[in-house]
This record gives sequence, C-alpha cells and structure tokens, in this order.
Amino acid sequence: MSKDIKITKGLDIKLVGAAEQNTSKAVLSNVYAINLNDFHGLTPKMVLKEGSEVKAGEALFYNKNKEDMFFVSPVSGELIEIERGARRRILSLKILADKKQETLANSILDLENASKDEVKAYLLKTGCWPFILQRPYAIIADPDANPKAIFVSGYTTAPLAADLDYVLQGKENELQAAITALGKLTPGKIHVSVGKSSKSPLAGLSGIELHKVSGPHPAGLVGTQINKIDPINKGETVWTVSPQDLVIIGEMLLTGKYNPQRTIALVGSSVKKPQYYTTKIGTEISTFLYASGVKEERFRVINGDVLTGLKSRQDAYLGHYNNMVTCIPEGDDYEFFGWNKPIFNKISATRALTFSWLQPNKKYDLDTNTNGEHRAFVVTGMYEKVFPMDIFPMQLLKACMVNDLDQMEQLGLYEVAPEDFSLTEFVCVSKQPHQQIIREGLDYLQKEIG
Amino acid sequence: MSDKRLTFKKRLHIIKHHYRGKKMAPAFNALHTFLFTPDETTHSGSHVRAADDLKRTMNTVIMALVPVLLFSMFNAGYQYYAAIDAANGVIREVSVFGNFLTWDNFWIGIIKVLPLVVVSYGVGLLVEFIFAVIKGHEVEEGYLVTGMLVPLIVPIDTPLWMLAVSVVFGVVIGKEVFGGTGMNILNPALTIRAFLFFAYPTWMSGDKVWVHEAVERAGGPDAISGETILGYLAQNNASEYTYSLSDMFFGFIPGSVGETSTFLILIGGLFLIFSKIASWRIMLSAVIGALVMGLMFNGVVDQGWIGDTSKFYGLMSFPFWQHLIVGGLAFGIVYMATDPVTGAQTNRGKWFYGFFIGFLSVMIRVFNPAYPEGVFLAILLMNVFAPTIDHYVIRGNIKRRLKRLKNATVLPKDSEGEEKELQVETA
Repeated sequence: MSKDIKITKGLDIKLVGAAEQNTSKAVLSNVYAINLNDFHGLTPKMVLKEGSEVKAGEALFYNKNKEDMFFVSPVSGELIEIERGARRRILSLKILADKKQETLANSILDLENASKDEVKAYLLKTGCWPFILQRPYAIIADPDANPKAIFVSGYTTAPLAADLDYVLQGKENELQAAITALGKLTPGKIHVSVGKSSKSPLAGLSGIELHKVSGPHPAGLVGTQINKIDPINKGETVWTVSPQDLVIIGEMLLTGKYNPQRTIALVGSSVKKPQYYTTKIGTEISTFLYASGVKEERFRVINGDVLTGLKSRQDAYLGHYNNMVTCIPEGDDYEFFGWNKPIFNKISATRALTFSWLQPNKKYDLDTNTNGEHRAFVVTGMYEKVFPMDIFPMQLLKACMVNDLDQMEQLGLYEVAPEDFSLTEFVCVSKQPHQQIIREGLDYLQKEIG
Repeated sequence: MSDKRLTFKKRLHIIKHHYRGKKMAPAFNALHTFLFTPDETTHSGSHVRAADDLKRTMNTVIMALVPVLLFSMFNAGYQYYAAIDAANGVIREVSVFGNFLTWDNFWIGIIKVLPLVVVSYGVGLLVEFIFAVIKGHEVEEGYLVTGMLVPLIVPIDTPLWMLAVSVVFGVVIGKEVFGGTGMNILNPALTIRAFLFFAYPTWMSGDKVWVHEAVERAGGPDAISGETILGYLAQNNASEYTYSLSDMFFGFIPGSVGETSTFLILIGGLFLIFSKIASWRIMLSAVIGALVMGLMFNGVVDQGWIGDTSKFYGLMSFPFWQHLIVGGLAFGIVYMATDPVTGAQTNRGKWFYGFFIGFLSVMIRVFNPAYPEGVFLAILLMNVFAPTIDHYVIRGNIKRRLKRLKNATVLPKDSEGEEKELQVETA
C-alpha cells in the first residue's frame, strides 16, 4: 500500500549544470581519505598506526564511546597520514592505495535466520553501521536505541541532485538485502519514499511501507517526510539511511565484502560536462573533476549539494555520505547598487524588484555571494512559505540562539536536522546562518539531555 | 566609465580592509554597502543565497511610500491655498491639473515637507551611526523606512526642533535600548509620533495644526481653518465640511502630511502585498476589524440608543466604511501595522493582531474626541500585545506536539527490552 505525500510549501532552486544521464568510470585515485568531519560528534580511537598496511574493509578506527562500532578503509593500501588538528583531534586519514586491491572477506550472515543482535553486531563490525543515521541530533545511529521506524528517501528535490532512479538501476538485490536486515532492527516500519511518477527500484521492495512524494524542495528531504508520515516525539528515535548507502550495506550482506563504490553526479555551472561517474568513497575529487573540465579559475567545490554540502578545496576527497559534487563560481565581488536595482539573474522568494517569479522554469547560474550582509531577524512569515513541517522555524532558531532548552524541546528540535533549515537559510533576508544555529542547538540539547 | 568605476570599487575595497576592526569602520561600511553589495561569500550552510537582503526589503517599502510623499507635497500647498480661499468665502473645487499639480502647491511642499524628511533622516541616521560606532556593530537598515514614515505622520507645521528631539527619543528609547533593529518592541516611527503628541500637547492636539500657517494666523483677521474631517465630526459639526467622498478617497483633504490619499496608500499596499514584503493578513484583518467596529457604532445610532446631542454622535453616525478613507487609518494599516518586528510574527497571530488594530483604531477615534486619530495608539497598544498573541499561537503548536507524544505508543528505550517508562510531560 502506498500513501501519497503532497508538499505545497517550498521552493525549487533550479540551477544550470544538471548531470547528463551518462556514466563514466572515474580514474582510480592514488590516495583515498576519510574526513572525520563527516561523522558529527564522533570521537575516534585509532586501531592502526601511521604506516600500517590495511585491506579494503579492514578497521581503521572505532568510536570511543561505542567501542564495537568500527570504521573501515575504502581501499587496500598504506595508512600514510593521520592529520591532526588542535588538541590532537584527528581531522582526516589518508591511505595510499595499492596497485592490486585486496578486500577483507567477512563471513556471510545468514540473513533469513539472523537475530536482531546478530545483524547489529555484523553491521557494526563490518563498518556498515555509520551509514545509519539517527534523529534526534542528526548523528550516527546509537546501536543501543530502539528506533520506532526507519526512513529511506528515494526522492530527491535538492538543487541538481543525482537522479536516484538512475543511479540505483540494477541494485534491487542489494537494496532488498539491506531492507531485510534493517527490518530486524526496528519494531516499527521501514518507510521508503519515491517520486510520484518514478520507476525507482525501491518501489518494488518487500517489507517496506511505500510513500509517493510530490512537491517542491524540501519534499525530498527525509526530515520533511518524517514530519508528514510519523513525526518524532520526545524520547523517540528514528533512523535514516540514504538509498545509495543501502546498496553498500546490501552488498556487504550478500558478499561479505565492503565495496564503497557508488555512482556520483558531478554537477554545477562551473563544470563543462556535468555527468555521472562511478567511483569510491574517499576518492580524490580531482580524479573526475578534470575529466569533465571546469569553465573558470575561481570556483567552489562543494562536497554535496549547494544547500547542504561541505565547502571543499579542489584537492579534497569525496565525503562519506555524498553522492554528488557541485562546482559553482565564487561570488567574491562587489555589485554596484546591488540592493536596489532590478534583478533578473538570481532566484528570489519575493517580488521586490526581483523577477525570478516571471520565469518559474528558468535555470539560474548562482554564485556564492551572500547578496547582502548579516542582520538581525526582521522579516517574518517568509520562512513559513518554504518550510512544510508543523514547526515554527524562526521561533525554533531563536530558542537555539539563546540556548533555551525548554523551548527547543517544545518547539520540536528533536524532529529536525540542520539540512531541514537549508531552504529557510537560502531565503533569509537577514543572512542568518540557520544550519549552524540548528547544529549548535542540537549539540547543546544532546549535551544537556542526551 | 566602467574603468573608472573599477578603480573606485578597488579603492573602496582597499580602504575597507585597511580600516577593518577600527572604531569608525561601521560608519564607513554603512556608506560602502550603500554603494556596493559586499563581496562576502557564504561560509557555512547554504552555499547560494536568494537575491534579497534587508536593504532591498526596506527599499521596497520606501518605493511604496514615494507616491504618497509626492502627493503630500502637492497637497500641503493645495490645502494652504484652499483654506485661504475658504476664509474669503470661496469654496474650491479640486481639479488635478488645474489647481492641484501646480508649482505653487509644490513649492509649499518643498519648503515645508522636504525639511521634515531631511531632519528625520539626518537626525535618525546620525543616532544610528553613533550607536553602531559605540557598540561596534553594523548600521542596520531599519531606520530607512522609519525615517520616511516619520515626516508623513506629523502635522505639516511641526517645528523642526520638536521633530529632531522626538526622533532622538524615538530611536534611542524606542529602538536602541532594546538592541537596535529587529529587537524593538514598539514601532519606532509611532514612538516618535507618540512622543511628539504627549510631549508637546498644546501644540500637537489643537484643531489648527493640519494646514500650513493655520496656527500662526489663528485669531487674526486672516485666520484660516486647519480642521480635519475627524475634527469636524468630533465636534458634531459634520455639516460644516465640504469635502466630497472622492476628495476623501483621493486625499484632497487636510490631515497629517502623508496620510490623506487613501487611493495612493491602497496602491502602495497592493504593491507591498504583490512584492510579498508586507503581510496581507494584517492588512485584510485590520480592514475587517475597522469595518466591524464601525458597523457596531452605526448600529448603536440606528437603534436610537444615542441621540444627536451626544458628543459621540458625529463620529458614531459616520458611515462605517468611510472610516477607512479619512484620517490615518489606511496609512497606519498599510505601512505601520505591517512592521514585521513589532507586529505579530506568526501567521495566525497576524489575523488577531490586525483585526484588533482596526477595531481599536475606530473605537479610540470615536471615544476620544480630544484626539480623534486613534490608529497610532491602537498600533502601539497591539505592538505591546503582539508577543502575547504569538505566545498563544505557539502554545497551540506546543500542545499539539504534547498531545501527539501522549498518544504515541511508547517503545522501550533500549533494545534489551527493559521496560523503562518514559516520563511524559504534560505541562
């Protein structure tokens, strides 16, 4: 049975540089890296020392607070660098890949008869667990929690997002294996969403509750779907997994091998030939970036989409959860009388001499300029137009800014992740850092209440 | 040309970086961002941002006020000459191109209205700059709109020193002590207006202040009338004024500088709604509120509960919908009630907030014959209550969330199935 979700509030940000449905194999990277910033709030503890040899799928480090949660290497090779920052905090790990790749072969789990604890222990040991995220707090799932449901969003609305229907083609077996395993971890349902008219392989899976979603961004964000399907209450936990990570989990369950390969979209107006590449987690972005070519010298590489991705350097590495890399021009230039002249080449949610409302289907070439300066919250009612959850966005942001725990709880901070505030941040005329405010609020809430 | 601008841009950029962190930097930056949208790029969160900033928002409101300002400059002269004619027994018929849009009229506007605008902006922005420099934050754009509103809501002959004192009071006490733009509780323009009214009551509350020179000439042989329609009504002298309905709607009547033309205010309001800058909810509900209160008063008169000897008769029997086209009600609803900082901030709250502004404006107007212009008091009152309204709207959301929590099937907290009862808060 499928249930339809129709989102009306929101805003589609249509940009130039969508990926053509054409996949190339990216050149193999010499060095692979794991960026610890991808795992928010994690305290890593190294298993291996600098200089050790490691196989693909072999543990590199574990979670200091959950010692059976391992993080594994994407490739076989030599651990050449442990980059540390202030107070010796580990920032990233770099692995020099071997010419001949060796993958650690785990025993294969008997999925049909495995118990909940066996599935859990298997995923923790094999390095697949970190793909499972949880709410509240938007962090890696706590294996001891008892989630009331698991959500998988197979519908993307983010700007220039990879087409999941396309990249998941032929992955039915892996997806089904992962869903079967996850089904044992929750007493509740696994909610899977697909686009209204999509031919996603996700739709044919068994053991799921299928939802057909339509509407503008943020309809595709899993947080929006949770809010509409089964909102999180205080004390409850839900888990979320992205479909491409399900494939990696599924392959592990079927073959016993960790295969961090995924099809990623290289997009954005700075890319000459935006298209799809198959590559591995942790690969150097330059291995495919220059295959497609770039148009200008000053551009920004974003690990992820333009609303939620991580600002990266050109010699950065593909993030652990990302299935896309966006390149857009830097906007570090002044604009003469930019605040009062009519604007035709930028997106706006208003009509204050901004004319994006005239051409709703036009694709824009936006740069990273803030188009204004940071100010106090002034305008009201604007966030609500792009925020479909049953939450007061501005009031929640203010509660986070003043660390008011009662208000944070009451106004629904448990239900959101920073990405849910990416669109309010986009339209904000006061240019407030919404996602950062929500992230700091979540961290504070977790520290105080846990 | 473009080459020159490039070097100018570069030069400003160098100055900006040279003086970064210095005391006067906010003052320089304020002027700089007026010329150039900064070269700042996004650091965290969304990498791209929408085209609008606060300056653009404020500028849109100012654009909606420009027609009103221009009209008021002509009307200042027109009312002056019409009053002189009336004193000589000649009743003028308005003719837009004949006797309204004339240089003579506009000249009165230039010598009387323009100085109000200059003093309002000059003094207000000076205070803003001083505070920005002292507190080391950027100059925020809030005063751009306030500075334009203030000259439009005062009587034409307001002495400039009075205006300057009021502006200082309004900006400091009404806004800066709360932390500046975005933090204030009361609408700064109305705080200035209220200060002017209560600090100089002998000047402000007379019935002669609404037309240029009416006060100076009072009592003399060449005395002219400076009375507004509401003033006539408050004195039960409805038969004495000669303005037609179209005069009232198009604004050829005496009143505060910019409040008279309901027609242009309506156009400005529609522009603000279309551009999605001001809340249509507040405007619509305020109109409804005013109509409801007006109908109730009309009903009282129709029922014969008060006679034409009552001191309220003039205003109570005034047709309910005409309240919208005389006095400052329309101006207040469109430009002042919709201030997002001091108004209700939730969409549902805006309905209540707007409704009570309309409702109370007409009520104050009728019951306070000494000062029939109730709209500024009504908005200030509702400014104070806006957080309370929002509180109850948000309470509703919180209650819904708690109810959901109550009805939820509570799962055991950890996977071992230990039955740990969750504490359900039902505050």
